[in-house]
Amino acid sequence: MVRAPSHPALADGAHPFPHDHLLGIAPLKPWEIAFLLDEAEQWAELNRAGAAQRSAKHDGRLAGLTQINAFFENSTRTLLSFEIAGKRLGADVVNLGVSGSSVKKGETLLDTATTLNAMRPDVIVIRHGASGAVQLISEKVDCPVLNAGDGRHEHPTQALLDALTIRRRKGRIAGLKVAICGDILHSRVARSNFLLLAGQGAEVRAVAPPTLLPADVEALGVTAFTDMDAGLKDADVVMMLRLQTERMEGAYVPSTREYFRFYGLTEARLGRAAGDVLVMHPGPMNRGVEIDGAIADDIARSAVTEQVEMGVAVRMACLDVLTRRRRGVAGWADAGGLQWV
Amino acid sequence: MTSAAPRPVALVGGRVICPASGIDRIANVYLDDRKVAGIGDAEPPSQAQVIDASGLVVAPGIVDACVFRAHAAAAQSGGITRVVLMPDQSPPLDEPALVAYAERLGKPGLWVNPLAAATRGLEGRELAEIGLAREAGAVGVATGRAAIGDARVMHRLLAYARAFGLVVVSHAEDAALTAGAVATEGETATRLGLAAAPAFAEALAIARDCRLAEATGAALHMRQVTTAEGLAALRAAQARGVNVTAGVTPAHLFLNDLSVSGFRSFARLSPPLRDERDRLATLEGVRDGSIAILCSGHDPQSQDDKRQPFAEARAGMAGAETLLALGLGLVRDGVIDLPRLIAMLTLNPARRFGLVAGTLQLAAPADVVVFDDAAPWRIEGRAFQGPGNTPFDGMPTAGRVRMTIKGGEVVWRV
Repeated sequence: MVRAPSHPALADGAHPFPHDHLLGIAPLKPWEIAFLLDEAEQWAELNRAGAAQRSAKHDGRLAGLTQINAFFENSTRTLLSFEIAGKRLGADVVNLGVSGSSVKKGETLLDTATTLNAMRPDVIVIRHGASGAVQLISEKVDCPVLNAGDGRHEHPTQALLDALTIRRRKGRIAGLKVAICGDILHSRVARSNFLLLAGQGAEVRAVAPPTLLPADVEALGVTAFTDMDAGLKDADVVMMLRLQTERMEGAYVPSTREYFRFYGLTEARLGRAAGDVLVMHPGPMNRGVEIDGAIADDIARSAVTEQVEMGVAVRMACLDVLTRRRRGVAGWADAGGLQWV
Repeated sequence: MTSAAPRPVALVGGRVICPASGIDRIANVYLDDRKVAGIGDAEPPSQAQVIDASGLVVAPGIVDACVFRAHAAAAQSGGITRVVLMPDQSPPLDEPALVAYAERLGKPGLWVNPLAAATRGLEGRELAEIGLAREAGAVGVATGRAAIGDARVMHRLLAYARAFGLVVVSHAEDAALTAGAVATEGETATRLGLAAAPAFAEALAIARDCRLAEATGAALHMRQVTTAEGLAALRAAQARGVNVTAGVTPAHLFLNDLSVSGFRSFARLSPPLRDERDRLATLEGVRDGSIAILCSGHDPQSQDDKRQPFAEARAGMAGAETLLALGLGLVRDGVIDLPRLIAMLTLNPARRFGLVAGTLQLAAPADVVVFDDAAPWRIEGRAFQGPGNTPFDGMPTAGRVRMTIKGGEVVWRV
């Protein structure tokens, strides 16, 4: 099924994605983001149809290509999501986890990158605990690199899957009031979402205790709130962030119970948002810390499981698009005079 | 070291600038027996090696305070004949024997005046043997790459150092506020997701150290002052008579925190680069004289230490090769005139650390730099004498050292 592109620039013939890597949302134009979301729709449908009809959820376009998932930081759902996405497209997927890596043995990151590159992968998915680490690796390898989260910097596929979820539930992104709440200081999910959603025309709010709000966060196109009730007023989407346990108990907030009292998403607090509010969480959730369990489980309002579902679709789209150039897909192999970055 | 004095040298026809003697005119400089033997219009003696310096500037050799690495070739190519060395060596200079060893490191081509570690292991807890270090050749003591976090230790250090007549060199960043930070708080750090500390961490450190220096009568030197608020604290202390001086490196005068965009680890410095407002305020601090010392902060790192994710890369840059050229940028921009720049590079640091250097007065050591203040060139780290990590890599600049003379011997010439 051919869809009409959702951004006028695409209809006007702009190259939809002239990038070698997906390192973050920051380098992307609004129509490049719209293009990735448009592309992901077909995979969302394939995955759903396959499940409903118990037929194959498979497409062989990445057959013969090697995808390495190099995760230097623990992850369950993102790693699994990338692995499934690659396999559904027919790629040979290999996972490298922290425990199996030479990083533990003192190898430098660039040596690790050189080693991975020598395996001749066709795409590398990387998660790393240091901001900027994925970009550094991308400068050393010959294949597309996909950022699966680097430090506090960016987590672009999470923002894309969140945007896809919102777009499917609400029919649009522009004009929506989106409140992103919690530990924004340490959150790459928040940074990528700020850039993406504000760039797509949403009114984005950053809601956090003052100790967890980064300086000059308004520069990312958002409005900052330290009062959760004010931040949630009339919100169409409420996105809760995970508060890591080591950041509670006095370091940034006095205690779990105080945090839940003032920044936890409760039924009463959610009442300030729009009547048809959509509740999101990138997972894994701390029930009773940042979100009331009953809200998370309310399928009418909570999009938490749909986010996971859209995660696979978005990652399939990213893997497909990033490998088009090396697969020689028409219109992609030749850069057409464009500056690929 | 050669014992016989080198052949006398006559530098003829250059613009001679010596802030100590107030000279700024075309003249001949005559060097003999490793000393300055005369400045004037007289013909050079027949036995002298005559060097044509017409169209060039002849000034005292640069006294670079403070550097982390004493690399002779890098220094000489930058016109530096003396460095005041920070105690952050491996191991730290917290033993008199280590200080004595460091003092001999560069001779004869580069003289090294070490600063002793203020505290054992530079850990900021227990006073090091700074009296013995002075006897071993230390020209001051320093807190190292970080401030001493404990005000009580700093108080005692200043009181003790004063009795030995030693300048205390301090790092102007509040230790607790900057713990773990790799950038200045602001839009750039937020966009990149870097751990950051507020710029006012500098003002807190300066205010505290100045008050403690005031209470003890000690001589204090803030190695780098880089913010508007830090300068306000510094000026307030100077106005009420506190014996405090300040330095800065060209990086903080010509770059702001946007330089770290794209995770450029070559621009990872300590203190970190500041925002544009603070950069302009720092230039003003140079213009009004609050900051009297311009130094390279020479602290090159290996490629392995720099080619890391930003937060894991070592802070520091190669600065010796570019100190003079970037300093001349201040003159071209009209911030200060050339004699002021020469004073900031020579006389001021020499006076602060009690060194017989930084002057072309009669009988002063024959340490001279001859440079072309307009020759254009492009800064290329690869062409440096030592490790070439510089945030100015690729930048066009002007001002080239043509000759460096140390103790009457030509140690660098292009």
